[in-house]
Amino acid sequence: MSLRDRLTSGSFAVTAEISPPRGASIDPITATAALLRDWVDAVNVTDNQGSNVRLASWAGSLAALQAGLEPVMQMTCRDRNRIALQSDLLGASALGIRNVLVMTGDHPKFGDHPEAKPVFDLDSVQLLWTLRHMRDQGAVLSGRALKPSPDCFLGAVENPYAPPAEFRAERLGKKIDAGAQFVQTQFVFDVAPFAQWMTQVRELGLHEKCYILAGVGAVRSRNALDFMRDKVPGVHVPDDVYRRLRAVPADQTAAEGARLAAETIQQLSAIDGVAGVHLLVAGNEQAVPGILDSAGIWAGVRAERHGR
Amino acid sequence: MTARPPIPAHPRLGTRLAYRLQRALRPRPGLHWLSATIEASGLARPLFTGVERQAKQALFACRMCGQCALPVTGYVCPMGCPKELRNGPCGGVGADGGCEVYPERRCVWVEAYERAASQGRAADLRLLHLPIDHRRWGESSWLNYWQGRDEGLWTREADDTGENDPVPHHRPALGGS
Repeated sequence: MSLRDRLTSGSFAVTAEISPPRGASIDPITATAALLRDWVDAVNVTDNQGSNVRLASWAGSLAALQAGLEPVMQMTCRDRNRIALQSDLLGASALGIRNVLVMTGDHPKFGDHPEAKPVFDLDSVQLLWTLRHMRDQGAVLSGRALKPSPDCFLGAVENPYAPPAEFRAERLGKKIDAGAQFVQTQFVFDVAPFAQWMTQVRELGLHEKCYILAGVGAVRSRNALDFMRDKVPGVHVPDDVYRRLRAVPADQTAAEGARLAAETIQQLSAIDGVAGVHLLVAGNEQAVPGILDSAGIWAGVRAERHGR
Repeated sequence: MTARPPIPAHPRLGTRLAYRLQRALRPRPGLHWLSATIEASGLARPLFTGVERQAKQALFACRMCGQCALPVTGYVCPMGCPKELRNGPCGGVGADGGCEVYPERRCVWVEAYERAASQGRAADLRLLHLPIDHRRWGESSWLNYWQGRDEGLWTREADDTGENDPVPHHRPALGGS
C-alpha cells in the first residue's frame, strides 16, 4: 500500500529519513532500505541536507524504490531555479517516484560550500504551487503543455516552534492552498506547544485538508544532543528533555533517546488530527524497530508484513 | 540578482504612516496618467526611478526587485530575507525571532507579521505571492503599480480552476505545446 493510500485509508502512517551518502554509490541506501522496509511506509531521501553535497535526492529515491521501499523525494529551493525544479519533477515522476516533499532548504552558509550562490528562485509555497500546476493543469509555468503530466503526492514541512507562533498554522494553510497534501513537522521534543499548534490547525480545519505527520527524533549521543540544540536551525530542545538525556551515562544516551522517542510517539498519536509520525533518525535507522515496539505502533506496513 | 546581497533590515518608516501613504497613493486616473507620462519620457523615467531607488533604499533597504510586496508585508521588505522568501518565514527562525542566517537581525517576516497585525492587517500575510519576474530588477515598482502591472503579484487564494495559477499575467504565457 502506498503512503498516499495508507493516509487516505485513515490508518496511522510511519515515515523515516535517509541521508544519501557522500559518494558515488547507492549501496548504503539499499542497505538502509532493507532494514526499514518492513517497518515504515515510506522514507524521505534528503536533498543535500544542511547544504552539504551528497548523492542526488532523485537518485537516492530511485535506489530506495528499487530496494522495495517507497521514497519521499525531498526538494529544496536552494540549489535549483524554476527550470531545473520542474525538470526534476518530470524525471522523478517518470522513474516512478510519486511522493515529493517541498521545502525552502537550509542556507548555503551552514554547509560545506558557504561560498555558493543561494538560488531561492522560488520559495516553498511557489514550488508547491508550480508542481501542482504541472500535475493538475498539465503545463509548465510558461504555459507549455506536458505530455503526459506528472503524477505526484505533494508534501510540505512546517515548524510549529518557530516565531511568529500565531502565524505558523496560517502558513500551513498557505501551503495547503498551494497544493500540499501532507505535511511533516520539525522535531517534536516538546509536546505541549505542538498540541497548541494542532489546536490552531484544527480551528482552521487544516487537518481535514492535509495529513499531518509529526516529526520525532531519537537522540543517539550527547554530541548529537548538543548539536541538535545549538547548531540545527529551528530545532527546539526544551531544558527538561536536555537534562533527562544528560542524566543517564553517556553509553546509555541512545537507549534513553529511543525511550523518549517512543513516549513522544504515544503522546502524539493521541492528538486529534495527527495522521502519523515522521522518524528523523538518519544515521540511526537501526533504532526504528525498537522505537515502534516500545510505542506499541502496530499499524501500516508493519501490520501487513509482521501479521498482527 | 543585484550587487547587494539580501540582508534583513528594519524599516525606517512607521507602520501607521506607511499605511496612510498607501491610501493616499492608491492607483487612480490622475496617477495613472502621470506615471504614463513619466514612462514615456526618456529623461523623466530614469530620474523618477532614481528618486524611488534613493527613497526606498533609505526607508526599506530596497534592492529594486521592481515588484514591490511592501503594501501587504507591513512595509517590511521580504527581499531582505537571505532566502528572498515572498510567502512568509522559513522554519529556521530563532526562538527570539532572529534570522537564521543573521541571528543578530530580526527575521523580516516576524517583523512583517507584528507590524501588519498592529494595524489590523495580519490577513495580508495570508496572500499567496507568485514567483517574481527576474527581468524586472531595477525597474520602478511605483510606475508598475500605478500602471496596474503589479496586480498579478499576489492573489487571495489558489483555486482548483486554474484561473489563479502561478503564471503572472505581466509575463504572457508562451502558449503552444
